[in-house]
Amino acid sequence: MVDVGNILVWIVWFVAAFACLGSGIAVVTFSNPFYAALALIGNLGSLAVLYLLLSAEFLAAGHLLIYAGAVVIVFLFVIAYLGDQTETPWGAGGPRWQSLGAIAAATALLLEIIMVIGLAAGDRLQDEAQIDGSFGSPAALGRLFLTKHLLAFEITSIVVLAAAVGGVVLGYHARPTAQQPVRESGPVEGVWGNREAPPAGLEEPS
Amino acid sequence: MDGPDVTWYLAVAGALFAIGTLGVLVRRNPLIVLLSIEIMLNGGNLALIALSRLQGNGDGQIFALAVMAVAASEVVVGLGLIVAMARRRLVLDVDRLSTLRG
Repeated sequence: MVDVGNILVWIVWFVAAFACLGSGIAVVTFSNPFYAALALIGNLGSLAVLYLLLSAEFLAAGHLLIYAGAVVIVFLFVIAYLGDQTETPWGAGGPRWQSLGAIAAATALLLEIIMVIGLAAGDRLQDEAQIDGSFGSPAALGRLFLTKHLLAFEITSIVVLAAAVGGVVLGYHARPTAQQPVRESGPVEGVWGNREAPPAGLEEPS
Repeated sequence: MDGPDVTWYLAVAGALFAIGTLGVLVRRNPLIVLLSIEIMLNGGNLALIALSRLQGNGDGQIFALAVMAVAASEVVVGLGLIVAMARRRLVLDVDRLSTLRG
């Protein structure tokens, strides 16, 4: 007796997992940040499918809303604001050993993770707990959030508030006043390093 | 549970984390470094949700939601820093950013 449901879930898992890994590699290798951010959308979408297979429905929806709906859009706005940032990956301009060392380090990390999973968890990962239909639903998660994990919920809100304040502080751009006229100067060599000109309102240190 | 067991999900999570690490180490554009950090966080989230399913316990999903909030906060601050750097006409290259001097 062939279990059709099982085979279907395997097929969906294979497609989602390989789309996830492939688009992840695309994010890392694309030279244009715009295409990298678009590839991240594919990564996030296939991750949401994996979340659904793990019966985390609310998290899959929230993941798509937060990441694809907000984070990637902000990324695309910033990329558009900054203009052309195309960079040749894999070491052109930088030393070759840097890329090779990074690839070696990432491979070592992957092997280490797989070894730890295999050795420490091993055969305990086979038998999943029985769950009912409410597992991962908004009601179940909301109940947990407002009873058992209320402190984590409140701390999360403080973290988000701090990030919002930080974003405003970093983005605040003081308009030059009459006392602080904008300096119109060309490229300056010296203590300012790789900067073309000192910003408005700052004096060149002597 | 139909389909692959939790080991397979954990393998994908580990591979995602390694890909993100590779991006952080190799790329010099801070935008791509931020995108790679997102991939690493998502790998961690996938492991949390897979283990939450293994235990049949919602605590891992709560943790994953908190990680999502932290990831969104990190993107806000990181992109704010990048925009501030661009406004000061600093070269957007993490290899050449060696001082914190404003």
